[in-house]
This record gives sequence, structure tokens and C-alpha cells, in this order.
Amino acid sequence: MRNILTLISGLSFGTGLILSGMANPAKVQNFLDLFGTWDPSLAFVMSGAIMVTMPGFWLVQKRATPFFSDMFHMPTRTDFDARLIAGSATFGVGWGLGGFCPGPAVTSLPLGSTGTLIFIATMLLGMIAAKYVASPSTAQQET
Amino acid sequence: METEFTPITSLLGGALIGLSAVLMMAMHGRIAGISGIVARMLPPSADKAGLPQGIIFVFGLLIAAPLWIALTGKIPDQVISAGGPALAIAGLLVGFGSVLGNGCTSGHGVCGISRGSARSIAATITFMATAFVTVFIIRHIVGS
Repeated sequence: MRNILTLISGLSFGTGLILSGMANPAKVQNFLDLFGTWDPSLAFVMSGAIMVTMPGFWLVQKRATPFFSDMFHMPTRTDFDARLIAGSATFGVGWGLGGFCPGPAVTSLPLGSTGTLIFIATMLLGMIAAKYVASPSTAQQET
Repeated sequence: METEFTPITSLLGGALIGLSAVLMMAMHGRIAGISGIVARMLPPSADKAGLPQGIIFVFGLLIAAPLWIALTGKIPDQVISAGGPALAIAGLLVGFGSVLGNGCTSGHGVCGISRGSARSIAATITFMATAFVTVFIIRHIVGS
């Protein structure tokens, strides 16, 4: 049951990315191109996601524990550190440059374009490099 | 190149992403952030206990496009305008930045904002800003 629900969760995420147009780098870059061929669709993707996630999280957290784990692994940090801002700034440059972020890139992999393959390969390298740089105390992921 | 404004399908697609995030939270008590799920599977310090569920989730992502094609008979629209070298650099920056900044579009942008996390709101504003500037530079300064 647990495995099936996790599979459905991944499938729902991937299908959402395709249906919403977020798996298309041209659409992502057009959202980011305010002074050119602007396409505001992405704001609707985020709004749609937050409209479900916000009440959903609130409801789920009324439980003492999740269904298949003994605790909620919620990020607890509240401070702003240089790593958060520098990491996010770096991420944004890459996102704008390629039009891909991790979810859409993984979802696009079966479509078999060379560009996606290149992006995924270097993305994994970048992640491994960052894990070596990040100290164990901050290695805990929010995401 | 122009893309069509698709408010309805984008809103619905977003809702499916939200549903996935709520499912992950209800089942595992975890944020459905793709960079985190993928990075946790990688060395060093791979999360062995969480590995099977991570693999199943990623498998779900990977079968989405083939199933979409099988059910609709259409290949999802996709235009990748960046060339190989640009995509290689973009991948490095996205991978490195998302792990260093503890999250990406899904972890900070969807889940974090939904939790009202100040860190995630700051992260989202930051990556949106640098992404806007990057696209401005490549399309209107370098590309013009």
C-alpha cells in the first residue's frame, strides 16, 4: 500500500508537471521573460499547487504522526544564512539559463532529448559536489 | 519563441503537484522536494533507509510521460532552446544551488510557501529574481 501510494505520488507530480506546461523549458523561460514573450502560466501552476498543499498540510498535521513514519520530518531552521541565499541565487541562474529545474528534468528524461540527458548528468554532479561542500549539520534537506 | 497562455491546465497541473506533496506529507511526513529526494539518494551520505521510497517516487515521475503519451496519443510540447554547453552549466548550477540552498521550485516554492516558512519565501524570491535577471541577459542583452 505504501509503495503504491508513493508511486501514485510520483506519477501525480510528473503528470502535473506535463499538464501544467512546466516540463517545457520554453514555457518556463517565457514566464521569466517579463519584457519579451511573457507567458504568465507558471504563476497559475504555483497557485494551483499551493491552493492544494496549504490546506492539505494543515489537515495532515492534525495527526500526531504520518501514516508510514513515526514523525514529521519538518525543517526546523528559521534563520537566514548565506548558504540559503547563495544556493538559491545559484539555482535561479541555472533555472533561467536552461529552463529546467529538477522535477521537470527528471520527468522529461523518457522523452529522450539529448539536452535533458546533459542537464541531468551535470545536475547530479552538482548535487554530489554540494553535498561534499555542505557540512553534516546543514546537510539535512528541507526538500 | 512564444508559448500559449494556459491558465486552466496550468492550474490543474499545479493542483496535481499539490496533491503529490500532500500525499508525501501524509505518508512519510516529508516535503515533496525533488532536489531533496534526488540528492538524498546520492553519495556522500546517501540515505539508505529512505532509498526504496525515493526510488519508487522517481520511478513514478519517469513513467508519467510514457503514460501521458499512451493515454493521450500526444507527445508533450517541449522546446529546449539552450544548447549543450549552456545546459551542462545550467545543470551544474541547478544541482549545486538546490542542495546548497536546501531546496528547489517544489521544496521551497510549493511546499515551503504552503507552510509559511520564511526561509522558503526568501529562497523563492531569491531564485525567481536571479532567474528573471538571467533570462533578461540571455534574451535581451546577449541575444539581441
